[in-house]
Amino acid sequence: MSLPAEVPAETSALVEARDLTRILPAVVPVTLVKDVSFRIGRSEFVAITGPSGSGKSSLLYLLGLLDRPTSGQVFIGGARTDDLSPAEMAHMRLEKLGFVFQFHFLLPEFTTLENVMIPMQKLGKLSAGDQLDHATALLADLGLEDFLHRRPAQLSGGQRQRVAVARALANSPDLILADEPTGSLDSVATEQVFDSLRKIVETQKTTVVAVTHDMDLAARMERRIHLVDGRIDWDRQQG
Amino acid sequence: MMLLLRIAATHIRNRMRQTVVSVLGVALGVGFSVAMAGLMEGSQRDFTTTLIDAIPHVEIVDEQRAPAEQPASTAYDAVAYFGLRPKEDLRGIRNPTEALAALRDWVQGKLAQRLSGQAVLRYSGQDIGMTLMGVDPKRELSVSKIREDMREGSFEDLGTTANGLVIGDKATERLGADVGDTVTLTSASGVAKRFKIVGLFHTGITTSDESLAYAPLKAVQILLEKPNVINSIAIRLDTIAQANEVAARAERQLGYKAVSWEEANEGLMEAFFVRNVIMYTVVGAILVVAGFGIFNIVSTIVHEKARDIAILKSLGFPESDIQQIFVLEGLVIGILGAVAGSALGFGLSSYMATIRFEFTQDVEMTHLPIYFSWTHYIIACLLALFSSGIAGYIPARKAARLNPVDIIRGAT
Repeated sequence: MSLPAEVPAETSALVEARDLTRILPAVVPVTLVKDVSFRIGRSEFVAITGPSGSGKSSLLYLLGLLDRPTSGQVFIGGARTDDLSPAEMAHMRLEKLGFVFQFHFLLPEFTTLENVMIPMQKLGKLSAGDQLDHATALLADLGLEDFLHRRPAQLSGGQRQRVAVARALANSPDLILADEPTGSLDSVATEQVFDSLRKIVETQKTTVVAVTHDMDLAARMERRIHLVDGRIDWDRQQG
Repeated sequence: MMLLLRIAATHIRNRMRQTVVSVLGVALGVGFSVAMAGLMEGSQRDFTTTLIDAIPHVEIVDEQRAPAEQPASTAYDAVAYFGLRPKEDLRGIRNPTEALAALRDWVQGKLAQRLSGQAVLRYSGQDIGMTLMGVDPKRELSVSKIREDMREGSFEDLGTTANGLVIGDKATERLGADVGDTVTLTSASGVAKRFKIVGLFHTGITTSDESLAYAPLKAVQILLEKPNVINSIAIRLDTIAQANEVAARAERQLGYKAVSWEEANEGLMEAFFVRNVIMYTVVGAILVVAGFGIFNIVSTIVHEKARDIAILKSLGFPESDIQQIFVLEGLVIGILGAVAGSALGFGLSSYMATIRFEFTQDVEMTHLPIYFSWTHYIIACLLALFSSGIAGYIPARKAARLNPVDIIRGAT
């Protein structure tokens, strides 16, 4: 099962986990994720499911370089990430990854448009005018063209979550990681957010990995990785 | 950088009241330090100017720093002598013409020779002990500001009246004498001479006004039986800073003790130094307190904005950016405070400069001496920025180290 770290990852895999283990150090150490290995390619729509406490979110944080594994490795775009400095990890998050959390996590003092533009401004690849056009287009795609200058507090839960999706897409990442993106939404809003995520996979060839405990939603995704007690219970493609 | 500044500005804008209080804290620190520094330096300069105007920059007196060598010690080769009766030496600077000529060769400034001694002034049956100063009126006027202190008559009249006398107004008040009256001066050895009062001065220094009198040098030499002798040379330099140098050289050249104004007022200079140390300590304390205010507000923001910090980190902002945001917040408060404080300080100093005091008695109306200097503003602002930077840096470091996962997990 264990592969030496020196073996180069195949280029076909966008994300690869190799024997990922994350143990929280404590008096009684808590194992969050144990020996998890999988490969996810481009333009996949993957659900990570499992009962609460099964390590779904912890796995997502490891894939998103927000946390470092106790052992094992995460490869992103074929590159090792365990030897990156915190600043390099931050830059990889900025350039290649997008996050959507259960709670919208928008900056409350900034407007919808500004929230979407902040990652672009940080990356600085587009001119100011292009940033504005790109952010406007992203928000329009998600049906938010009428709310560009509202603050998060003036939006509904579903609208906020779609703004968060637009922000995750700001720098055209290869991979979007969503942690219970619909966890706090009603069924209509859930449907809107789910649709927007699916559209991203279909139109932008971006991979979306979403943690969810909504079995109905998980069943509608292409692939499902089911965790129990930090281990992969099963991992299968679905119709 | 602009983005970080915008985020920082947004944070402090949303805490307007606390921000205003912190800015005021810094502003008070900067304002008071500027005003105090202006007042301190102003009074120091004012005092020094008054002092320099009142006394010669260098005064050469007929004294030696060590007792004169006695003839016995030059004649015999002994370790120590006891019971020697010291040789009576005629005091005074002898050959004043030669000494003055030697000094004029290199000293850049004005010189005036003086002979001073004690005499008793008698008028209408009253006796007052006086310090009599024999001067060359023209030269004396070039080294002292006595002309400005003249109340009646003129100092120049000493040059035209061979037995003229310029005397303090307090003394004449006591005697009931006035300009034009003739008084008798008697020296310690019993020589008496009549002088005519040609002028009155008022310096504001009571001892001078009560018991100092100026007379022509020749007349005093006769009265004190010291023909062709002077006992001090006053020097007024073109460049005050050279005082110590000139004093040292004159002493080496003439062998008489030469005292610069700085040496004469050594204690005063030390007092000024101590005063400045105290001032900067107080100002520093104010700014430290202001720093605590900034520390408090930035810490609160870090605490409240933990979620924003997690968001920014997950978006890909490195730790250094997060740290910069909060250091910037401290600095923005510091800069606002420094600007407001400079304005406050300028206002305070300008106001203080207009305050006038009227002393009941002798001294004319005066006002607080304020010295305006960019250095005060720059020092105070730099100190304020330094303290606000530190005050922002400590919580900023904490913010940078926040683990986003902890916050995202804990979010509800």
